[in-house]
Amino acid sequence: MQLTPEQQAMLDGAQGDIMAKIVKTLVMYGDTFGAQRMVPVTSKYGHTVISFGLKVMNPVYDLYDQLIRAGLPQGQKFTADPKPLDPKVPASLLDKLVFKKFMYTQQERYEEQLRTLGVTGDEGYTCACYLDQVGNRPEKGEILSWAESSAVIYANSVLGARCNRNSGILELMGSIAGFVPEFGLLTDEGRRASWVVEVRCKKKPEAQLLGSAIGMKVLEDVPYIKGMEPWLGTELDDAACAYLKDMGAAAASNGAVGLYHVANLTPEAKEQGEALILEDARTYVIDDAELERVQRSYPVIWKDPGAKPELCFVGCPHMSLQQLQDWTDAVETGLQASGLKKVAVPTVFTAPVPIIRAFEASPYGARLKATGVVLSYICPLMYMNNPLCKKKAVITSSNKLRTYTSARYYTEAEILAVITGKEGGK
Amino acid sequence: MKQFKGRVVVPGECSAEALVSRGGFNTLASYQMALMFGDKEVKCGDQNNQDLYKKPMLNKALCLPMTIGSTTGGMVLYTACALHKQPACMLFSLPIDSLAASGAILGSVWTDGKMPVVDSLGQEFLDAVRTGDTVTVGPDGLVTIN
Repeated sequence: MQLTPEQQAMLDGAQGDIMAKIVKTLVMYGDTFGAQRMVPVTSKYGHTVISFGLKVMNPVYDLYDQLIRAGLPQGQKFTADPKPLDPKVPASLLDKLVFKKFMYTQQERYEEQLRTLGVTGDEGYTCACYLDQVGNRPEKGEILSWAESSAVIYANSVLGARCNRNSGILELMGSIAGFVPEFGLLTDEGRRASWVVEVRCKKKPEAQLLGSAIGMKVLEDVPYIKGMEPWLGTELDDAACAYLKDMGAAAASNGAVGLYHVANLTPEAKEQGEALILEDARTYVIDDAELERVQRSYPVIWKDPGAKPELCFVGCPHMSLQQLQDWTDAVETGLQASGLKKVAVPTVFTAPVPIIRAFEASPYGARLKATGVVLSYICPLMYMNNPLCKKKAVITSSNKLRTYTSARYYTEAEILAVITGKEGGK
Repeated sequence: MKQFKGRVVVPGECSAEALVSRGGFNTLASYQMALMFGDKEVKCGDQNNQDLYKKPMLNKALCLPMTIGSTTGGMVLYTACALHKQPACMLFSLPIDSLAASGAILGSVWTDGKMPVVDSLGQEFLDAVRTGDTVTVGPDGLVTIN
């Protein structure tokens, strides 16, 4: 890799041993992927995937202490993934004991570290940092040093920004150094599609199922998706963006997709069309039967597969304002049809703090509260990362949550039927 | 005995029992419960990985095509290295992905946990190696299945 004199000096220790190790890490990272140079990080904000103070992750916080002691928290400010705890979310006394005394014992220490390192504030804790109300929305073509698979894929695909699937820790090092190695999704060639996904469904495909199918098939490759116009149109309106947010999160977590193009919709596909597709691209046809096959393939690891659902999470990744409003309407309608006043299963909707605030300030806030649904800024994945949750029958419409926890996946319509008492769950 | 030549990502030598994942290895899903609750054998917690689910990963030669899933993956590998809970080595049939590379490099630069990493060993390697085989990694990226 060809470093500038300034970068070389940093590597040689001109800004201290810790900065030298940071640059060494970035150089090794770039060398592994054949990067020829470093490029400046040009976005206003970074985003870190690490938002949790887990006891077992002490080596991470010890490393961050080294960065702070070296006086390095002068990089760009950043948002962070959602916090793992929220007293509003239903939890037993035992749950709370495990959370506080065994799992998240480093939470206060870590949040203090993040404040020192430059987190934008309590409102910046969300996986959907790119939503308008949060404000970390990069421009097309900007170079990012982000981690969080669902945010990276959204920034690349829907916003046209450029970011590799960086790991936690390394993303912060890019923000501190101010540059990242140029390879993969930062290059024009790396953004071309090696898969064509032809969607031939007769009904609108469930976003989280479609993303899952794509992720499992193409793994880390770039897919060019055709056939979505009947359902998403050709403009990136709120509904299309929310759909792509959820589809992308599933593709990134069920596979390793960092960028997708949707014909006539996402920015680069609109500009370049099928010129984005590599000559030797493979084809994956997805129809209704294929999505049913994918959903049937998910293992159910509940102790009692026939158990009645005890808890439901919707909002992984965090919901948009429009999604919260749409779900509120749907839950109310469902409850009316069932003759119920409150949801039949304890249910948590998750969203960014600024969106929760805007939602609760509108008439929708009281309407959702009346249904019994809890609205939280929590990360459901972090909430469920404990053995007590493995014994609970938790349901979700999130394929990411399903992938990392014992939560059982249902489509949004199935979730709605269960929580409004229309169906008891399978 | 079969030999395969790959590219050295993190240098080192080792000999260990193979643990083979035919599909993508989800680092977070595989490690999170084992690390969080101090599982001494570091058993794989990824319910979607039928090759590895509930099998011990500590000190095994982890043979895989690539890693998949959350971008915490590199941080998880780094933590495993720092806690000396890492595999003996990681052997990729494909070119390494960015998350696994991040974790391996962070482990190499910032911890004393040894984890040689070789990639680009080819599908033939993954077809040949079986869980339980003894695998030896040489300093030049030469991998021998005994």
